[in-house]
Amino acid sequence: MNGASLARNLRMLLPAISLVVLLVAIYALQPRAISYVGFNLMLNLAIPIALATIAQMCVITVNDLDLSIGTYVGFVACVGATMLTGGVAALPFVKDLQASGALPAVLPWIMQTPLAGVLVLAFGIVIYAALGALIHWRNLPSIVVTLGMSFVWLGLSVLILPVPGGQAPAWIRQMMTLKPAFIPFPIIAAIVIAVIAHVLLMRTSYGAVLRGAGGNPRAIERAGWSLLRVKAAMFALAGFFGMLAGLSLVGLTTSGDANIALRYTLLSIAGVILGGGEFVGGRISPVGAVMGAATLTLAGSMLSFMRISPDWQIGAQGAILIVVLAARTLIDRAERSR
Amino acid sequence: MPVGEPIIRLEEVRKSFGAVRALQGVDLACHEGECIGLVGHNGAGKSTLMNLLAGVFGAEGRMSIDGIEPAGPYTIATAKANGIRCVFQELSLCPNLTVAENARVMHRALSGFGWRRRAGRLIVEKLDQVFPDHGIDAGDIVGDLPIARRQMVEIARAFTVTDAPARLVILDEPTSSLDAHLASQLLAYVRRFVAEGGCVVLISHLLGEILAAADRVIVMKDGRVVAERPAAEFTRTSLVAAMGSVAHEEAKSRDVSAARREGSPRIRARARSGGNELIAHRGEIVGLAGLGGQGQSEMLIRIFDAARRHAQGITVEGGSALVAGDRQTDGVFPLWSIAENITITSLKRLRSGILIDREKTDAMAEDWRARIGIRTPDVHNPILSLSGGNQQKALFARALGSTAETVLMDDPMRGVDIGTKQEVYGMIRSEAERGRTFLWYTTEMDELKHCDHVYVFRDHRIVADLSRGELTEERVLHASFEDVA
Repeated sequence: MNGASLARNLRMLLPAISLVVLLVAIYALQPRAISYVGFNLMLNLAIPIALATIAQMCVITVNDLDLSIGTYVGFVACVGATMLTGGVAALPFVKDLQASGALPAVLPWIMQTPLAGVLVLAFGIVIYAALGALIHWRNLPSIVVTLGMSFVWLGLSVLILPVPGGQAPAWIRQMMTLKPAFIPFPIIAAIVIAVIAHVLLMRTSYGAVLRGAGGNPRAIERAGWSLLRVKAAMFALAGFFGMLAGLSLVGLTTSGDANIALRYTLLSIAGVILGGGEFVGGRISPVGAVMGAATLTLAGSMLSFMRISPDWQIGAQGAILIVVLAARTLIDRAERSR
Repeated sequence: MPVGEPIIRLEEVRKSFGAVRALQGVDLACHEGECIGLVGHNGAGKSTLMNLLAGVFGAEGRMSIDGIEPAGPYTIATAKANGIRCVFQELSLCPNLTVAENARVMHRALSGFGWRRRAGRLIVEKLDQVFPDHGIDAGDIVGDLPIARRQMVEIARAFTVTDAPARLVILDEPTSSLDAHLASQLLAYVRRFVAEGGCVVLISHLLGEILAAADRVIVMKDGRVVAERPAAEFTRTSLVAAMGSVAHEEAKSRDVSAARREGSPRIRARARSGGNELIAHRGEIVGLAGLGGQGQSEMLIRIFDAARRHAQGITVEGGSALVAGDRQTDGVFPLWSIAENITITSLKRLRSGILIDREKTDAMAEDWRARIGIRTPDVHNPILSLSGGNQQKALFARALGSTAETVLMDDPMRGVDIGTKQEVYGMIRSEAERGRTFLWYTTEMDELKHCDHVYVFRDHRIVADLSRGELTEERVLHASFEDVA
C-alpha cells in the first residue's frame, strides 16, 4: 500500500471513527442510552436526514450543490400528509370550499384517491431531472438555480398546508414505528439506505460514468456519453431520495408542516462532507454519508446528555463538524508533505 | 506505400477559431498498416487536426471513412464506431475512478453483472502487452497513481477492444511523462500494432522517436502541411529545417554593447529542476524560448513571487511587474474602466489620505494613453470596449506605470495584430534603454530577435543560453527538440 492510498483509507475511516468516538462519549455520559429503546429514540430522526444526505450527495457528485433540498423535503412532507392520505379532498382549501358549500360534501372518487399524491411526488422528481438538465444546458450555477427553487418549494408547501396539520398515511407511520427483534429499526434502515446507495453509485457500471462526470466531465464527454443525461439522472436520483426523506419524516412526525425540514439543506451538506465526500471532483462515499448523517444526529443527543441548553446545541454541532473536518485536513496535509 | 482505401481521408480541411485560422486546407490519409509521425511547432495545428479526427468538433472540407463519406455529421460516436481512438495530451482519465472503472467509461459494452472484473481484466491484459511489468492494479484509484502510470493507463485504454475495433489510434505526446524505458516499450508496441494492420498517428516533439517509429512523417506549420515524406528520407536536421520558416525577415537589429553584460545582475534564477542559471542585467531584454509549457511561465511566476518575499535560488532587485499572457483570465478586470485597469498596481502612489485621488489616477491614465497610443476617446470607457491589442497595451501601461524595475512578460502578444505588436516592441526597446529589465517568454521566433539574450527551456530547465549574436531559429529549435538521452 503506497502513501496516497494509506491516506485515502484513513480519510475513508474517519466517518466511522467519529461515529464510534461519539457513541463511546454517549455511553460514558449515559450508559442506558446504548440500548434498543435508546437507539430508537436517538436515531429515528437520522433516517430522513440520511436520505436527504444521500440526495445531496447525488448532486455533489456532479460538482453541484442543492440548496433546495430542505424545502423540497418539507414539500414532500406536506404532500404526504395531505394528498397521499386523502387525495385532493384532503387539501385544506378544498375542505374550506366544502364548508362554504361551493363543493358537495361527498366528493367523487377522483378527488379522494391517494393517486393524486403519487402523481405530485413523481412530478417533483421530474422537476428535479429538468433542473439538472437546465443547469447543464445553460451552464448555470446550481447554487443560484436551487436557491430560487427553494422558495418555489416553500411556496408550494404553504399553498398545500397553510398551517401545520394533515395526517401521514397509516402505512408510512406503521413502517417508521416498526419494532424488529434485537436490532432497532433506524439502524436497519440506515444500513439498507447505505447499501442501496453504494450499489447504485459505486458498483453499477453506469454509476462509474456518473461519478466520472464529477471527476473529469470532458473525459466522459469524449468517451461519447451525454453529460446532459448524466446531470438529469443525478438530479432525478436526488429528487427520489429527497422524496423518501420527506415521506419518512412525515411518517415520524405524523403531520406535515411547510417549515419542517428547513435545516436539512445545511445538515445534508454537512453530512456529505463529514462522510468523506468532497465538494468537487466526484469523490463521494455513500456509506460515509449515512454515517455522517448519523453522527450529526447523535451529536444532538450527546449535547443533551451533557446538559448543554438547546440554544447552544447548533453551535456545538458546528464545532463538532469543524473538529472532524480539521482532522481530515491534517490527513491531507500529511499526505502532501510526504 | 500502403494500398487500398485509407481508414480515414481528409481533403482541404479548414478550421477557424474566431480570427485564428487553425487549419488552412489540410489533406491527410491514414492507411492500414502504417505509423504516421506528425510534427510541428506550437500552434501549427496538430492538436486541432487530432480533435477533428476524434470527432470533438467539425470543420469545413471533405472527410471520408473507408472511402465513403459519412452520411450524418462526424461525431465522437462516429469516430468510436469506426475504431478511431485518441490519447489526448492533457490526461482524459477520471482521477476519482479506478483503473477498471476508467476502462468502463470508454466501453459501453462493459456493463451488466461482473463488469468490474471484465473491465479490470481487459485493461490489465492490455497493460501487460504494452508495458510489461507495469505494476498497476485494476483497483488502483487513478488519482493516486504517479503521472507516468496514469499516462500508461490512458495509452493502454486506447488500444483495448470490446465491441468496436481499434483501427486508428492517435497518440498526442504520449511519451511526455514516460521515461526512456517505457517510451521504448510503447514504440515497440506501436510497431507491433501497425504490423497487425492498425494505423497510428504519433504526435511528438521528440524527433528521435518520430524517426524511429514512423513510416511517414508529416510536418505542419501555421495550419498547413508543409512537408510529407517517408521517414527514411528525413534526418533530424532536415526535419528541424522543415519545421522552421524558410524565409524570415530580419528584425531591426539593435546595437549590442558589450558593456551591458557587466556589473552585478539584477536577476539570478535557477529552475527547481536545475539546469543553467538565468541572469538578467539592468537594461536588458531577455528572451525565454522553447516549446510551450516547458517551464517558462512557472519561472516568471517564481521570479515575480521572489521579488516580494525571499525564495530559494532566486534573487531579484528593484521589484517586478507581470504582463499576463492570458488576458481574459489573468489580465484585465473586465468590469472596470480602462483607467482603473491601468492604475491598479500604482494605487499606493495615487492616494490622498486613505482615499484614491481621482485626479492623480486620471492624469496617470491619460498620460499612458498618450504615451503608448491606446485607441479610445475616453479612458473611463470600459476596458472591454477596446480591441484585444489595445487591451494588451493597457496591461503594458499597468506594468510600465509601476515602479518595478523588472517587467516579466508571459507571452503577451498572443492574438495581437501586427501593427500593435510593432508599437509595443518599440516601447519595450525604449524602456529598456532607460534601464528597465525585461524577461520575455515567447513562442514566436520573430520576437526573440528583439532580445539581447535568449534562454531555451526544455523539461522545466534551461538547456541553452544563446547571446544575441548566436541566436538563430535553427539553434533554438535544436535545443527545444533535443532528445532526452
